Amino acid sequence: MAHELILQLCIIVLLVPLVSFIINIFIGNKLGRISGIIGTSILGIDLVLAGILTFSKLVTYPDLPIIQNRIDWFSLGTSKITVGFGIDNITAIMLVVVTMISFLVHLFSTIYMEGDRRYPQYYGYLGLFTFSMLGIVLANNFLLMYVFWELVGISSYILIGFWYEKKSASDAGKKAFITNRIGDLGFFIGILILYFTYNSFMFDDIFAGISGGLMPFNNPAMLTAAGICIFMGAIGKSAQFPLHVWLPDAMEGPTPVSALIHAATMVAAGVYLITKVFVMFTADALTFIAVTGTITAFISATIAITQVDFKKVLAYSTVSQLGFMVMSLGVGGYTNGFFHLVTHAWFKAALFLAAGSVIHSMHHALHNMHDHHTDPQNINNMGGLRKTMPLTYITFIFVTFALSGVPFTSGFLSKDGILANTLAYANLAGGWHWIIPVLAFSAAGMTAFYMFRLTILAFHGEHRTEAAGHTKENKLPVVLPLVILAFLSVWIFYSPDPFNSSGGWFQKMVVQPESAVPAEYQWNFLLSENSDALSTTEHKIPESNLNAKEQEGNADRTRAVIQPETHRLNMFQEQSHHFHYTAMFISLLIAGLGILLAFAIYQFRVISAEKLENRFRFLHRFSYNKWYFDELYKSTVIGGTLVFSKLLALFDNYVIDGLVNLSSYLTRGFSYLTGLFDNYVIDGAVNMIASFTGYCGSRLRKLQTGRIQSYVLFVLIGILIIVYFFI
Amino acid sequence: MQVGLIHYIVLSAILFSLGLFGIITRKNAIMVLMGLELVLNAANINFIAFAKYGGMKTEGHIAAIFVIILAACEAAIALAIILNIYQNFRHINVDEIDNLKG
Repeated sequence: MAHELILQLCIIVLLVPLVSFIINIFIGNKLGRISGIIGTSILGIDLVLAGILTFSKLVTYPDLPIIQNRIDWFSLGTSKITVGFGIDNITAIMLVVVTMISFLVHLFSTIYMEGDRRYPQYYGYLGLFTFSMLGIVLANNFLLMYVFWELVGISSYILIGFWYEKKSASDAGKKAFITNRIGDLGFFIGILILYFTYNSFMFDDIFAGISGGLMPFNNPAMLTAAGICIFMGAIGKSAQFPLHVWLPDAMEGPTPVSALIHAATMVAAGVYLITKVFVMFTADALTFIAVTGTITAFISATIAITQVDFKKVLAYSTVSQLGFMVMSLGVGGYTNGFFHLVTHAWFKAALFLAAGSVIHSMHHALHNMHDHHTDPQNINNMGGLRKTMPLTYITFIFVTFALSGVPFTSGFLSKDGILANTLAYANLAGGWHWIIPVLAFSAAGMTAFYMFRLTILAFHGEHRTEAAGHTKENKLPVVLPLVILAFLSVWIFYSPDPFNSSGGWFQKMVVQPESAVPAEYQWNFLLSENSDALSTTEHKIPESNLNAKEQEGNADRTRAVIQPETHRLNMFQEQSHHFHYTAMFISLLIAGLGILLAFAIYQFRVISAEKLENRFRFLHRFSYNKWYFDELYKSTVIGGTLVFSKLLALFDNYVIDGLVNLSSYLTRGFSYLTGLFDNYVIDGAVNMIASFTGYCGSRLRKLQTGRIQSYVLFVLIGILIIVYFFI
Repeated sequence: MQVGLIHYIVLSAILFSLGLFGIITRKNAIMVLMGLELVLNAANINFIAFAKYGGMKTEGHIAAIFVIILAACEAAIALAIILNIYQNFRHINVDEIDNLKG
């Protein structure tokens, strides 16, 4: 398939969900129930097209770094703004992930959102979201990526606050959007720094500029700063500490929305961004990223242990796993971070859809009992659902295995790879960096614990309420996505060896690119032996007779990539292999302990949950209240903003309005003075003339005596004067 | 002393002025008429003097007759007016009739 056809297919795949949006928003009300079928089928078509596209990229052109185009959009004065779309291997894989999960969510929602008042609009917004997410995936420049980034943000806002009649839902939508915007501010500043320095938004131009040695403001620290600013976009979007607070609240949205947006795709956009621009991060930026990811993973895992809402446990689990992905990218484990993104997308979407299935059933059971007060999402109201919803249970337990890192699942492969990477990183970087694997392994252990706690409390044991006993399995459009996603969490699809993914197609397709950053600002263990500036680093890697740079085909790309068959591993990757079995052993141990503890406390009741809660009352409360982040933000950031806005309001009322009132007062005074002038001076002059005329008249009037004799006298005088003067 | 033209003219002038003085000054309307008659007669004397001593020969006499006739008519009408004035104002003091004063 020729390059042009591939690019055209990219555009088509991008625009197809937009058609669903347009149809459902504009004529959805007339379509009614059919809008769901239309939306699902459009996404089905999109899935097929994306599959064809991915297949052709990965099979026909696996070694081409990217197939992209450059489009001159417009010019500002003399500078031209160039944008474009591109497909490389990670784009290809993400396309399938996004379209597949979107399609399954569309299918699932035909049952879950059945009877909703705004059913067509829901499908419209899902289409808009898919379109925006695909835009992020396909963009090869910061400008388009930022545009679609914001579009995804607004779709998320609309979908979280979909049931906006409920105040908590609309508040959650606002919280998500505003928190996202704070991250986007940093993102935007990063883009501006890069544009100002390299005069282009295209990734390739920027990377070429960086490897050419040009630093923003001629200061390499600014490159780190730009990297961290770009990462701030990911902090917002992928719910990293400290901007993670919106994700648990986003559970107010419908559960399929949570599955699509907040588990698999949108929150993965931040991680995807980091992988796309991975080559521009300096070592310091990468350390910052790694630390942020680790902290996030650890904090949210501790919170998830005590939560009682089904979806909140999964939400915190998502935050924790996103932390894992970000941490992996920060330590240099490019491939494993992206691998975890993909595997997590499948099993987290499955978990959320299973949650949806459970909540849907509980809701119906409660509705039939005319009970509108019990919370269908509280796991303390569930129990024993394995007997009433067997298929949901089987898929749920399998993907829980995947999430907890049990062997023979895809999750095990990816998580294991990440943990090995952290060990290698700590070993190579040394010193305080060892905290990263320690926290990572603890988070992994806690993950296993809380997931099994959730499973046991919801599915095992006896029905804790009557409603739980009345639940039943859902129909095919609900169960089928669960089965498919659970299926995709099996290890077979990614690597033939269930314990080691290096031989699989994934690792071959997704290869860590050569960093564009000059070697002195880069981790020396991430450099391959072909770097020119090796002499400035301390560790010398043995000379290799292999040429790792190959340029092929497309003249547009300038990024170099290490060829899969011929590349030699850099030190980091060698160390990761070295630590592979250690990591596997420790992770199995810790996951096993977590699972054991969960069973001991909740299934077999050997250790009492209440006694533990009482013993560690402070820790339990701290964890249950989400480390009091919301309260902290409310008192500082939000409180500060409100105080500031009150000050500005005071300023506006007293100073600005005061000035306006003062000017009006002055105008009125001036007009009063002018009025006085008009009254006394002007009118006085006019009156004076009139009175003078009257005065003259009254004097001259005396001549008119009315007596004839006077008139005779005047005639006589007149004649005398005439005679005197003329004769 | 020879009586010449000049004496008659001076006489006529004196009479004329006295008549004018009477018209202007007198309160009673009849007295105004008397003054008017004096003026007319002064003009008559002037005419006759010129008829005899001047070059006017017979025209002077004719003019005098015209004047006498017209004076008579005019006196009649003036008396009629004075009667009307008396009926309206109940007196004939011309310096008190100043309705057109203004």
